[in-house]
Amino acid sequence: MAYTKRLDGRKFDEMREIEGKVGVVKNADGSAMFKFGDTVAIAAVYGPKDLYPRFMQNPKKGKLRCYYDMISFSVNERKRPGPDRRSNEIGLVTEKSLTPVLSLENYPNAVVDVFVQIVQANAGTRCAGICAASLALADAGLDMKDLVCAVSAGVVDGKVLIDIDKYEEDVEGMTDIPIAILPRTGEVSLLQLDGKVNREELKEALELVKKVSKKIHNAQKKALQEKFK
Amino acid sequence: MGELKVKEKDVVVPGEVLANGMDFLPGEGVYREKDDLIASKLGLVNVNGRLVKLIPLSGRYIAKAGDTVIGEVVDITFGGWLMNIGAVNNANLSIKDTSEYIGRDADLTQYYNFGDIVCVKINKVIRSKMIDITTKDQECRKLKGGMLIKINPSKVPRVIGKGGSMVSMIKEVTGCRITVGQNGVVWVSGTDSKKEKLARDVIKKIEKEAHREGLTEKIKEFLKK
Repeated sequence: MAYTKRLDGRKFDEMREIEGKVGVVKNADGSAMFKFGDTVAIAAVYGPKDLYPRFMQNPKKGKLRCYYDMISFSVNERKRPGPDRRSNEIGLVTEKSLTPVLSLENYPNAVVDVFVQIVQANAGTRCAGICAASLALADAGLDMKDLVCAVSAGVVDGKVLIDIDKYEEDVEGMTDIPIAILPRTGEVSLLQLDGKVNREELKEALELVKKVSKKIHNAQKKALQEKFK
Repeated sequence: MGELKVKEKDVVVPGEVLANGMDFLPGEGVYREKDDLIASKLGLVNVNGRLVKLIPLSGRYIAKAGDTVIGEVVDITFGGWLMNIGAVNNANLSIKDTSEYIGRDADLTQYYNFGDIVCVKINKVIRSKMIDITTKDQECRKLKGGMLIKINPSKVPRVIGKGGSMVSMIKEVTGCRITVGQNGVVWVSGTDSKKEKLARDVIKKIEKEAHREGLTEKIKEFLKK
């Protein structure tokens, strides 16, 4: 049976409600919250500051470090807190997707630490984390070429969907494609693929993400401007 | 022909196109890509003739030659002191740039020790990373006692006011000695803690309401209470 109607009544190219807020962590140099429906991510940025141990310092370029974790109560079954295989991986892909926009050559010998915490999870946490982290980096006043908009696309029963939730993620044989896009140029800074997909479906997913990334960008812009009103 | 896409004093986010065409020049916080001028920071737009620049709203202090700042001694080396002035990298105070004469074998801790708060002037900045500071200036001295208040560096001009009007008003009413560093560190020292506290509250209030107009009048009323 084909997937003709989404469980929560959304259209196939419709995202959950998104919301951004800047300045949520008082002690951080920059911080932000980003929401995809029930998925809530908080990002805090510390730095740029001197990098220690000293041998890791690079006089030509600064360093970006990302840490991702889910808070133990963010999912139905308690998540054991602390880094694990999955968190390490997502921290790494967050770092890789944010590095292209940061002008790290302006911060030699320094490090920028980004901490992403998932407060509430309902699929698409890495995308919410990347959106929040890019807001927090802008809030910290860093040199950036652009913001980063991320959203997950998916293929369920041959249908391409945008911003999948937990129920859709758990469908047997579904494909999960988290994508991060630089909104001004449309360049892709993260593309992961979990499952099977054919050429047409992947193309359609990329087109859809490009379309909705404008909405995410507007929400991010609004959040940043609101703080200084 | 070039066209400006934003208005003066707009809040812009990184990646926003500010203007296109070669008629405009990129200033601080703006970069050029092909024909477009693009913001590389979160900030307020400031257009001065053909120059488009951003006034940063957040972030670390960006050192500028000629600024008077307040810093803390964090390290002592063979040639002088390293000081934290709130910028990304530490600033270097060389022995030859101090106001006192220091002999060859002198113990440097006798002049400025770890943790000392010193008001210094920025001599030279190389690529905004290497910061050379000096104490050879009238304002420069070691700050003893009092309290330090940290505010956002972009709000410092409002605390000082036009021609120092705001800070001299606070000095007059509270009777405190106040030194404002361009890096957002304010040193306040008064005869009793109540007056220091009042000065701190006023400075925090100015930081909070920096973007409002008619601020001097409002602070005057606040101080009267």
